[in-house]
Amino acid sequence: MANQDYETHEHDVLVIGAGGAGLRAAIEAAAQGVSVGLVCKSLLGKAHTVMAEGGIAAALGNVWPEDNWQVHFRDTMRGGKMLNNWRMAQLHAQEAPDRVLELERWGALFDRTKDGRILQRDFGGHRYARLAHVGDRTGLEMIRTLQYHGIHQGIDVYMECKVERLLKDGDHVCGAFGYWRNTGKFVLFKAKAVVLATGGVGKAWKVTSNSWEYTGDGQSLALWAGADLIDMEFVQFHPTGMVWPPSVRGILVTEGVRGDGGTLKNTKGERFMFNYIPEFFKGETADNEAEADRWYADKKNNRRTPDLLPRDEVARAINAEIKGGRGTPHGGVFLDICTRRPADYIRKRLPSMYHQFKELAGVDITKEPMEVGPTCHYIMGGVRVDADTTAATVKGLFAAGEVAGGMHGSNRLGGNSLSDLLVFGRRAGLYAALYAKDFGGPLTVESSHVESLAREMLEPFTRTGGENPYAIQADLQETMQNLVGLIRTEHELREAMKRIESFRHRAARTHVDGGRTYNPGWHMALDLASLLTVAECCTLAALERRESRGGHTRDDHPYTDDSWGKINVVIRQRQGALALSREPLPEMPAELKALFQERK
Amino acid sequence: MAQFTMRVFRGDASGGGFKDYRVEPEEGMVVLDVIHRIQATQANDLACRWNCKAGKCGSCSAEVNGKPRLMCMTRMDLFQPGDTITVAPIRTFPLIRDLVTDVSYNYEKAKQVPPLRLKPPEPDGTYRMMQEDIDRIQEFHKCIECFLCQDVCHVIRDHEDKKRVFSGPRFFIKIASLDMHPLDTRDRSSFIQQDAGVGLCNITKCCTEVCPENIHITDNGIIPLKERMADSLDPIVWLLRKFRGPKSSQA
Repeated sequence: MANQDYETHEHDVLVIGAGGAGLRAAIEAAAQGVSVGLVCKSLLGKAHTVMAEGGIAAALGNVWPEDNWQVHFRDTMRGGKMLNNWRMAQLHAQEAPDRVLELERWGALFDRTKDGRILQRDFGGHRYARLAHVGDRTGLEMIRTLQYHGIHQGIDVYMECKVERLLKDGDHVCGAFGYWRNTGKFVLFKAKAVVLATGGVGKAWKVTSNSWEYTGDGQSLALWAGADLIDMEFVQFHPTGMVWPPSVRGILVTEGVRGDGGTLKNTKGERFMFNYIPEFFKGETADNEAEADRWYADKKNNRRTPDLLPRDEVARAINAEIKGGRGTPHGGVFLDICTRRPADYIRKRLPSMYHQFKELAGVDITKEPMEVGPTCHYIMGGVRVDADTTAATVKGLFAAGEVAGGMHGSNRLGGNSLSDLLVFGRRAGLYAALYAKDFGGPLTVESSHVESLAREMLEPFTRTGGENPYAIQADLQETMQNLVGLIRTEHELREAMKRIESFRHRAARTHVDGGRTYNPGWHMALDLASLLTVAECCTLAALERRESRGGHTRDDHPYTDDSWGKINVVIRQRQGALALSREPLPEMPAELKALFQERK
Repeated sequence: MAQFTMRVFRGDASGGGFKDYRVEPEEGMVVLDVIHRIQATQANDLACRWNCKAGKCGSCSAEVNGKPRLMCMTRMDLFQPGDTITVAPIRTFPLIRDLVTDVSYNYEKAKQVPPLRLKPPEPDGTYRMMQEDIDRIQEFHKCIECFLCQDVCHVIRDHEDKKRVFSGPRFFIKIASLDMHPLDTRDRSSFIQQDAGVGLCNITKCCTEVCPENIHITDNGIIPLKERMADSLDPIVWLLRKFRGPKSSQA
């Protein structure tokens, strides 16, 4: 076998990524009777979804019968500062309850209400307790349920396989090319339709809750194939990541801690969130501690605690407290549940937080406060898709989950991610299968193109004296953390662009030791291409949007500007260069607009 | 502070051996951090699996000083500075490279487990389940599929000839979780005996001891399964169990 040889597999629908969205897409496509391949970078069941903690947002109305899809829709749009694709937000709110009940039929065991229905918990930005959950390990329950349902649906699963490039025949996608991580051998997938479900980009930042897999693969694959990306400036820094010890910095602390009664405090012992209630949320947020505390049990007569403002607001507030000198010595703030809820309740509701702090930080959260600070968590932007079908702007290409943009606008509410995966994962699988069934032509892959890709991928082995790929990633992470972080400013963003350019030159000269068998150095060298691409897209879009909104805060443009509220920043690649444009947001129909006038 | 010496297995199916790396300690470090440090600075090609780094995904299983553990949950302050710490791949599964093994046995066994078969819903189209009826199954659902229980299971480790008819502790609790599911109607008794081979387990509890989620695999999963197999020889007992629901059948 020559070095650049490859094996070939053919499917009607190829799903790339096997987290919640990818698994749900594959299950739906298989149900349509087409042949489905499911590619995952890790082993099956290890995707990022497994780390989701708090719950799945769905207006089941089990705890608060007043809840319904309109309220959920409104919360989602307001949380996203009205920049969301309204149709995605509508479909999401309407379909999430069915998707949750479907998971239950497939074996998921959510925590129960007293009358045996699915219990729901409070979360930031949600008017009612809305998150179906299993303690604080909801993602694990979801991925295991989909995984064990999926393995009986006739789906071919390709584990530890990484896709490097989408292949096109004329104007449509015809497959994908990549390698097996365990052997290093190449693999070609011919496919009539491709669903991207690859997740996010968080590994471009230093302090992140994301795993090694989050290197912007899908966003880059789509961009290189000619598809549009939108809203790439909107990156969510989750307000509560662990800050100490250094080795765990960034690991997620669920919003469920605050949903279940925990509060944020500075070193003076103040519940500082009361000082950071923005005008936009004043009408629905408690302005005193007594009301905030009553709200947990009586939502009708009290307004929501500011501890559960949307994540962008809370992250900025924590950042301001730390900068104002009221942070902990380790550079965080306190998150206290131990003085507010009994130890048994904490252990029952938040078992993995209890375990995580006990084992990794030596902190007993039933006795001591946690130390937390913002951590890079999620990207709201991504592949531009049609709301109903999830079709990208290149024929045959679909995208669902974090890799897709639009659903969450400028800021995602907690709990809306798992429901997004299910709602749009299903839609992606369905419409990709329908597209594949209608696809008439032959699947033609140009072998010379594939062979040249393969040769290019092997170059890091043959260079001498090149760069260490890990060092380039570390430098990129440092740059994004310091210059394209929670608070941004033009001169820092321009400096970041310069540095990213220099990292590109270095990435073209990487050298790796060892052979092709399970070689993480080589994998990292290849992942740099997509990491640098998404880093550049985020920075470019952040430079373009001269206002502050949701997950994009500009120190030099600190206010939200209504004219920007009608615009998406779109990025596409043309003749090898990135092109940027401002395009109008789809207009919301009048009957949905009315939902925002009914009450504050 | 004195450096640690990490004695890490390097090699593949054709052979290999331990290699020493010297690493500076840092507060709060876990073994996985040290492996990453070695990867980034001394051996770019050192193979290991990981994802969440918080004990939730079950990817980074290894044998640290001979003990099967998650590398991300093994703090370096368990050891004395100056100590030599060995890190080896889990032993039961075929080696791919360095700390990465071929765990496909587990994925094949997973496929064989007969899935849930639901009873009809309530008249309103939904299902009801009481928390106390699912508490025990939720314990099994905590499983992160690190396969450490499979790694230490004597049947899988030492009896190649039995692997065909033996699923192992991870799948015993999977089967138990389905069998105890309040809405399930499927009879898995012949599968449990003949294909999953629960009879081969001699209850040494090695699996329970290494479970990072502290699931009571043996007491709450395997032993009830074994008891049911004794019951299931009696068709009347089986029928009663199915009609009365799992609560009445639990010891």
